[in-house]
Amino acid sequence: MHRTRILDHAVLILGALFLTLPVVVAFMTSTHEAAAIHSTGLMLSPGGHLVETYETVLTRKGGFTGQVTGARMMMNSFILGIGFAVGKIALSMLAAYAIVYFRFRFATLAFWVIFTTLLLPLEVRIMPSYEVMSSLGLINSYTGLIVPLLASATGTFYFRQFFKSVPEELLEAARIDGAGPFKFFIDVLVPLSKTMIAAIFIIMFVYGWNQYLWPMLMTTDERFFTLMRGIKQILQVWIGSQIPDYNEAFALAVLAMLPPVLMVVLFQSWFIKGLTESDK
Amino acid sequence: MATIEIDKVSKVYHGNVPAVSEVDIKITDGEFIVLVGPSGCGKSTLLRMVAGLENISSGTVRIGGRIVNDVEPADRDIAMVFQNYALYPHMTVRENLAYGLKNRRTPKPEIEARVAEAARMLELGPYLDRKPRALSGGQRQRVAMGRAIVRHPSAFLFDEPLSNLDAKLRVSMRGEIKRLQRRVGTTSLYVTHDQLEAMTLADRLVVLNGGRIEQIGRPLDVYHAPASTFVASFIGSPAMNLVQGELHGSKLAIGPALIDLGDTLPTQGAVTVGFRAEDLQAVGAPVDASAQIGSATMPLRVDYVEELGSQRLVHGTLGDQTITVAMSSDAPLTSEMQVAVPLGRLHFFDAESGRRLVWSSVEPNRSTTAADLLETAR
Amino acid sequence: MKRVQFSSPLLPYLFLAPQLAVIVIFFYWPSVRAIQSSFYLEDPFGFGSTFVGFDNYLGVLLSPEYLSIARFTALFTALVTFFSLALGLLLAVKADAVIRGNAAYKTLLISVYAIAPPVAGLIGMMFFDQHIGPFVKIAAFFGWEMKVGLSYFDTAFAMIFVAVWKQIPYNFIFFLSGLQALPASVREAAAIDCRSGIKRFWTVIFPLLAPTAFFLLIINVTYALFDTFGVIDVMVKDKAANNPITLVYKVYMDGFRGNDIGGSSAQSVILMIVVFVLTVLQFRFIERRIHYT
Repeated sequence: MHRTRILDHAVLILGALFLTLPVVVAFMTSTHEAAAIHSTGLMLSPGGHLVETYETVLTRKGGFTGQVTGARMMMNSFILGIGFAVGKIALSMLAAYAIVYFRFRFATLAFWVIFTTLLLPLEVRIMPSYEVMSSLGLINSYTGLIVPLLASATGTFYFRQFFKSVPEELLEAARIDGAGPFKFFIDVLVPLSKTMIAAIFIIMFVYGWNQYLWPMLMTTDERFFTLMRGIKQILQVWIGSQIPDYNEAFALAVLAMLPPVLMVVLFQSWFIKGLTESDK
Repeated sequence: MATIEIDKVSKVYHGNVPAVSEVDIKITDGEFIVLVGPSGCGKSTLLRMVAGLENISSGTVRIGGRIVNDVEPADRDIAMVFQNYALYPHMTVRENLAYGLKNRRTPKPEIEARVAEAARMLELGPYLDRKPRALSGGQRQRVAMGRAIVRHPSAFLFDEPLSNLDAKLRVSMRGEIKRLQRRVGTTSLYVTHDQLEAMTLADRLVVLNGGRIEQIGRPLDVYHAPASTFVASFIGSPAMNLVQGELHGSKLAIGPALIDLGDTLPTQGAVTVGFRAEDLQAVGAPVDASAQIGSATMPLRVDYVEELGSQRLVHGTLGDQTITVAMSSDAPLTSEMQVAVPLGRLHFFDAESGRRLVWSSVEPNRSTTAADLLETAR
Repeated sequence: MKRVQFSSPLLPYLFLAPQLAVIVIFFYWPSVRAIQSSFYLEDPFGFGSTFVGFDNYLGVLLSPEYLSIARFTALFTALVTFFSLALGLLLAVKADAVIRGNAAYKTLLISVYAIAPPVAGLIGMMFFDQHIGPFVKIAAFFGWEMKVGLSYFDTAFAMIFVAVWKQIPYNFIFFLSGLQALPASVREAAAIDCRSGIKRFWTVIFPLLAPTAFFLLIINVTYALFDTFGVIDVMVKDKAANNPITLVYKVYMDGFRGNDIGGSSAQSVILMIVVFVLTVLQFRFIERRIHYT
């Protein structure tokens, strides 16, 4: 019994190291100078250049047009993450409310129109989506960055599952208490969904923040670059340089993963609940 | 306060057999009516039609004389207590109680007064600022009651409000509901599948089966003069013994037993005979059955015995039919015995339709009269 | 749906309108366009297009390059799915077994979930870097001269490694909550009936986890097919020539780099069919599971 427990812990410690060590190394290395990294390799201990490196990454204007800083990219990432999460919650809550709580003629049709979107990820229809966006003139805009990503049913699916699990008698009691569709939604359903909304916010924020392909296509103007786009940028600059700016690349990576990782770690229980209870 | 008139009300779901068909009930002001029946008998559907939560396929429902078929639930001036209480989990007890009043734009001081009044009546005072999840089952039940009371509605509708409680709490809440209803005097319609609950609470009970009314009547009338074999087996515990018999003139044969009724029934041949377990008595050594005037004696082979403490239930066979006898727990037991029932305590039902047959030898000291029986049997 | 619903002539449509508008404009329109243009040959200079029937599909399916990419995609998907599921399950079982430090392990093991694929790719690149990468040094110690970005095999290895690393937390979360949802009484019954812990796991626990595992299988296949785009893009650095890529990356390359709209669209449609089959499988399975529980 005792031996197996030690073995269990050994496996877990190895697993935790395997998963988290690269992140720790990335952070530690980012605090050293590029030349030092070039000569000694990745670092496991902190160096003395934390402030300079991050300051440079956040404030130095980079890119071809010199219009974008790390801070700007970070702001764009936040706009994308928060805008996407809020938009998703608003659209999908309303749609799920209509589908679950209303009797209307085209309910089944609406359901299928929405849920068919689960079939095709953005990646497979990326080309025509791009064309549509450019014909709508939405390239290089926050609208173009955020709104097309909302065209999927995941959020609606989550809320539909959740609304269906709300006891029916609650609606009946509310109707007897004189609540109409708006009152019921605002007084009862939204407060009841608080945890669910929080969980979906986290999941969707992470999803939006981590978008890569879509922002890469949608933003040619560097003022709209997100951190993910910045990572591609830094790698492109890299090719051909003598001593690549390893430290800055790592610093950018750390900035790019910090908000979503913190969010997931801090709000772990909500996030796990939201993720697993609705099964997709 | 109001009357409720349910007039030829039916409910049909998309071309299926009717869930409720042509039900007529007139509820007088302040009356406590219990709808009772097995699951799927339509009792909840009927209640929900009165509440306005379910559309009425045909017929009319009047509350306080006003036809409410097309009136929103909120405008019917009713309050409902749900089986799972349906308290708003994110609101405190106080907010739960006040929510319906707020939506009716009741003035604030009025709301406060009514909440305080309900809280006092239900002893909810200390819990007003708690959320439902911090309450016990019984307390949640009280809040659900309170939510109905604060509204001062013209009718209370109860949908199996006690079935989520444990047995002991159910008995005490049953008493409480009865007491409260007496006190506020509000017309009440109460749904349950528990016949004991129905018997103890009702001014009148309505026994439903397959969407139809089997019988309406005061609890004791229904108990003593069930209108059909269904009611006979549903009301009362243990269920009434129902056995197949054969009528020849004034003679009744039940398996090996031959009973002289001293009177003829309006029917002959096969008949269903009913008698309650507690109306049976063990009698001494076998004697000539026909000699026992005024009671029917039958041989019983005992299968097994259930001891209930206050009494014992003896399960056995009469010929090839099983029956149950309730005896005092000190009565002597043998594997073969004779049991007797006063003739006046025999119930006769049509062998095919199961409807009650009325005969003249109704026991004189019974509270109901033959006319009553005729009335309820219809 | 609900037993009692609101009926209102206008409200449900009002509530659905924003979602439907977004979906129609940004989902159906592009999807139809993709199917449409897969049957046309577009002039690269924008001078109209000609209907070519299934030529684009034939061109794609008969090209040895496409087939070799498809083969690699299949292998990549199989390996990523297998290893990330296996490691996720192993860690979940262990985390479920220990009591002390449970919360700490859990936090550490899920923390990587939120890292974006390109960031994972970037970190992976560094670890497999020719000059500073520790993995290259370790490989060299065993006599394996690793050249990620130059050698097809080495790049594929690094890509799979990074893709698995990023996906383990996801599988861990689902397996762990699946394990914790198992009724304690079943485990206790199994403990009484069977002495061997390993046998107990495979005969009792794993079959009960099977629904979770199947759900994750589909999710992981989808992940390996599509979500690894960022990893691949960062790791091959636009030099797809000697490097392994997956089908999604090929769609992107042909469409945006090669300007082969028709071919790219045909590839999109082929992928749509693959996803469609996967999703149907998943829906049928979810339905069965609803009956099951």
